Parts: sequence; C-alpha cells; structure tokens
Amino acid sequence: MNTDNEPLLAIRNLHTCFHVFEGVVNAVDGVDLEVPHGETVGLVGESGCGKSVTALSILRLLRCPPAEIQGQVIFHGRNLLDLDREGIRKIRGNAISMIFQEPMTSLNPVLTIGEQIAEAVRLHQGMSRREAWRWAEEMLRMVQIPGARARAREYPHKLSGGMRQRAMIAMALSCNPQLLLADEPTTALDVTIQAQIMSLMSNLKEEFGTSILLITHDLGVIAEMASRVIVMYAGKVVEEAPVKELFKEPLHPYTKGLLGSVPVIGRKAQTGRRLHEIPGTVPSLLEMPRGCRFHPRCPKMMDVCSGEEPPTIHMGGDRRVCCWLFAKT
Amino acid sequence: MLNYVVKRLLSTIPVLIGISLLLFFMLRMLPGDPAQVLAGQMATPQEIELIRHQLGLDKPIHIQYAYFLGRLIHFDLGRSARTQNPVTEEIWARLPNTVLLAVVAITLACIFGIPAGIISAVRPYTWIDYLVTSSALFGISMPVFWLGLMLVVVFSVMLHWLPAGGTGSWKHVILPSFTLAAFVVAFIARMTRSTMMEVLSQDYTTTARSKGLKERVVVTKHALRNALIPIITVVGLQFGLLLGGAVLTETVFAWPGIGRLIVDSILARDYPMIQGTILVFGLLYILVNLVVDLIYAWVDPRIRYG
Ligand SMILES: Nc1ncnc2c1ncn2[C@@H]1O[C@H](COP(=O)(O)OP(=O)(O)OP(=O)(O)O)[C@@H](O)[C@H]1O
Ligand SMILES: [Mg+2]
Repeated sequence: MNTDNEPLLAIRNLHTCFHVFEGVVNAVDGVDLEVPHGETVGLVGESGCGKSVTALSILRLLRCPPAEIQGQVIFHGRNLLDLDREGIRKIRGNAISMIFQEPMTSLNPVLTIGEQIAEAVRLHQGMSRREAWRWAEEMLRMVQIPGARARAREYPHKLSGGMRQRAMIAMALSCNPQLLLADEPTTALDVTIQAQIMSLMSNLKEEFGTSILLITHDLGVIAEMASRVIVMYAGKVVEEAPVKELFKEPLHPYTKGLLGSVPVIGRKAQTGRRLHEIPGTVPSLLEMPRGCRFHPRCPKMMDVCSGEEPPTIHMGGDRRVCCWLFAKT
Repeated sequence: MLNYVVKRLLSTIPVLIGISLLLFFMLRMLPGDPAQVLAGQMATPQEIELIRHQLGLDKPIHIQYAYFLGRLIHFDLGRSARTQNPVTEEIWARLPNTVLLAVVAITLACIFGIPAGIISAVRPYTWIDYLVTSSALFGISMPVFWLGLMLVVVFSVMLHWLPAGGTGSWKHVILPSFTLAAFVVAFIARMTRSTMMEVLSQDYTTTARSKGLKERVVVTKHALRNALIPIITVVGLQFGLLLGGAVLTETVFAWPGIGRLIVDSILARDYPMIQGTILVFGLLYILVNLVVDLIYAWVDPRIRYG
C-alpha cells in the first residue's frame, strides 16, 4: 500500500453541529479519517452516530444554518470546506459523487431517468444534449438495466427499488468520479437485490478505479467490499483497522459488542446480517455523558472512563482505538 | 385523453341537473314572495295574484320544474322577473366583465404570488422571507371593501390617476383587479412557500445538489416542478371562485359583474335570474376543474388519464 503517498481524501478534526431549538447537536465531533486511492473504506456504527452527516459534510450538502461544519476535508491538497460555492459545485457529482440510502425518494419523480443522468454529464463534461443522452443510455447499460434505451425515457415510478438504485449508481458514476460516497446503498433493498448491487459496485470500482467511502449497517457487506473499517460511536471514531484484523480481533468494547458473533472471513460472508444489538441506547447528542461516551453501556468500564475522554491510541499495523483500556500508564 | 375529456364533459350534465334541482326547491323554501316583491307594497291581492300567474308561480312546484328543464334543453333560462329581459342576455352582458376581472386578478396573483413564495422558501427566516410572510398575512386578513375604499381614496380622490368606478377602459380595470388580487396573491404566496419548503427538503433535492447543479437549476427545474401540483390546484380553485363574481369588489367599484347580479336577483327574489346565474357559475367551475386536472397530467408524469 502506498502509505507514503497522500490519501485521496483526508478528513481532519471534522466537527459538524446543528443549531436547533433545544440547543446545539454535535452530530460529528472531531472525526479523522482517510480514504486512500483505489480503496474502499467502510464506515459503520449504530443509527444516529453521525455517518450520514459525515458524508454530507464532505460535499457540504447540509443546509447551513442550522448546520455548521468545521475542520478540514482535504481532497487533492485542497480543503473543500474553504472552497466558494462555485468551487464545491464543480466537485460535486464530478470528482466526488454520492449514492443515497432511499432509492424510492432520491430520484426526482417528474424528470426522466435519462435526463437525471444526462444533466450532470452536460454540466461537468460539457457534452451536447445528444452526446449526454447517449452517455446516459450507456451508463444505464453499464449498471445492467435491461432495455436501457427505453428505460432512459421513463420516469422513476416505473422502476423497482433495485432498478432505481442502479440508476442512482449510473448517475453517480456518470462523470467518472474519483471518490464515491455510498450512504447505505443497499439498506432499503431486499437481500438478493442487495447482493446484486454490491457485486455491481465492486465490479464498477475495479473498472473505474473509484475509491469508495462505504457507509453501512451490514457487516457482511463490509467484510466483502472494504479494505479498512472505521467504527463510529456518538459522533466520534472509536476504532479503525484493516478489515481482517478488525473481524479477527476487535479492540474497542463497542466494536466487540457490534460484532457480537464475528462473520468468518474466507467463508462466504453473509450479506444482510445486521449489527449485533448492544444493551442500552445511544445517548442523546444534547446530553453527552462526560468522559468516554460509551462508558454507560460499556462492560469494561473503569473509574477513569466516566471522568476523562479517552485518548486515541495508535496500535501497530495501521490500527487505532480510542479507549482507556489500551492507554499505557 | 379525448375520451377522458368527453367523459368528464358528459358527467357535468347530472351534476348540473342536481344543482338545478337543489336550487329550485331551496329557493322556493326561502321566505319572501316574488310576486309581492315585484308588485310593491301598495299592490292589491288581485294584482299580486295576477303577477303570480304571469310568473307561473301558481302552478305546482314539480310542474314549474318540468317547464324549467324543458326550456333549459334549448339553452333558454327564461326571463328575469324583474327586468323581463331573457336571463341569458343579462348574463351575457355581465359575464365578460367578471371574466376580465378574474383573469387579470389571477394573472397578477400568479405573477407576484408564486415568485414571492419561491423566494421566501429559498431564503427562509431572512428579512425577505419575513417581508413576504408578513405582507401575505396582511393581504389575507385585510377586508376587501376596506382595501378597495383605500385604493379609491388614494388613487382616485387624492391623486386623480384612476377612475373610482365603472367600466370603459383599461384604467377602470386596475383598481378592482388589484383589490381582488390582494387576497389571492397572499394566499398563493403562502401556499407556494410551504410547498416549496417541503419539496426543498426532499431527498431528490439533495440528490440534485449532490450532482453539482446550480442552485437556480435545483430550485426551478427540480423543486418547482414538484411543487406545481398543489400550486395549480390552489390557482384553479381561486380562479373558479373569482368567476363566480366578487360581490364586495363589484359593489365598491360599481363594476357590472355576475356577483352583483346574483345579489340583486336574490334581493328581488328573481327566481329565473338566480337559477340562471348559479347554473352558469356551476358550469364554469366544473370546466375550470377539468382544465386543472388536464394540467396535472401534463405536469406530473405519474398522473395518466385513460
Ligand atoms: N438537519 C438536522 N438537524 C438536527 N439534527 C440532525 C440533522 N441531521 C442529523 N441530525 C442529527 O445528527 C445525528 C447523526 O445523524 P446521521 O444521519 O448522521 O446518523 P447515521 O449514523 O447516518 O444514522 P443512520 O444509520 O440511521 O442513517 C442524529 O442524532 C441526528 O438527530
Ligand atoms: Mg444515515
């Protein structure tokens, strides 16, 4: 791995908060993560831990206010958070594109599938209407939508959920992005379709050399697709590791809880298996516990955990964990 | 499509018969005797009886209705009890005035209301949004006759720019149509704002932004088209109501439209006139609704009529 080279995307100390009526919600609280060239990085964590907000912050797709984004999102040596409106617009859908969780609601119901793909191509690649339409048809063929030419002329309501997600992928890849932010691309689909979409995505990734930040609940998907995994809890990264090592030996008690019983790598990974339930609930972001945010639910809680925030400890072999258990005293 | 239109047009016939039936019997249950009103206070019972006979009111009510329907088939609505002129003629004389006012008012309302609503939805909780929402609140709660009188005071009495009432030139149209439009502008602006706010928070709007589209394109191409259905509904309904005439505005500006015709004929218990105007109003309302439904199908690909 080219560790000495710059990563494609580096998020440094990202803070995203929402100013709401009840106060300030720190949805993302000091996240650091990197996506190397050509790799797939998995981002996992319970619902509400800030995965989507992290992804949306990268492209600044949150309405500000109420959102406020701070920190650095370095892409090709530039901080995306410093770009002006035009600057970030030229990145969106072009160098970095995004796939959303809900195929049923994320396509515009009053525009044809073809137009929704072609408009981005016209915008970023400067193609003519005809060329862009051809290209849209080509992309639909690439994501294996049967009868692509006819489908391009249809409206989203005529397509099934799986077909719409394929169309979404076609749209996201239409300008040949370097980075794809996939926010739970298969969660809303049933199991067989999930498997098809995932294999489509990994094929396309090979073909286009796209890096992927893959957000998911599904450990099977992570095991199959990702090379590294980042685990988030309540707006913070609690653990990062290469995928094999994480499954073999999770360090953070939260990760252990999530994994519950670990899917065995090498055997056919079970897609569709959800994260293991951990007793207790995610704390409200308005009233974070002092110290380690996980301590009220942690089976290995120590005195220090409720008093002070744990440091991030870099372990050997590209791993890091944010837990007092591993702090050398 | 043509099939659908024909079917819808045919289905107006039973609706109109229903309206006429209700109207016919309800009118005759109203207190007040048309013959008495027409004959005046000093009339003798014999005179009243004579007029009653001339109006056909001495016959049993179902016979009266049968006569009415029989004439209706020939598009004959009878003669006004008050003026003796054919009802259709009286309506024809007034309808263009009402339609003119309604069209101008609804056009003004769309030109000002829809953009105002869009702007305040795109910039919510900014000064411009507050300006739009508070003016809209003002427009909705302001009494029409008061607004009309104020406009007359300012533009006719004080500035002598525009006539205070009557018809004849485009200048006569300005004050009544603005008066009439005030409420509709406000209503449409509020409706547009709330619909656009909702559409702008939909997932597909985020998708559109994530493609790098300009905000102007996101708003006009992606969001507005989705917001159009509720907006068109409101515009259609308001237009339908305006076609029924605007009694207060017509009264303030001495505007000879349908609204005053209806009120005058109700006061005079002029049965044929009331029946005629209300039937015509019903027909126009149904037609406007049909046009609105056809526009739906054009705007939203999910709607198809067989
Ligand atoms: N617009 C907003 N205003 C206020 N709070 C928000 C907003 N968007 C997200 N949040 C809060 O930020 C937190 C993180 O949300 P996020 O959508 O990133 O979770 P997630 O990890 O993607 O969860 P899921 O797995 O359910 O998608 C949540 O607690 C949510 O309440
Ligand atoms: Mg999410």
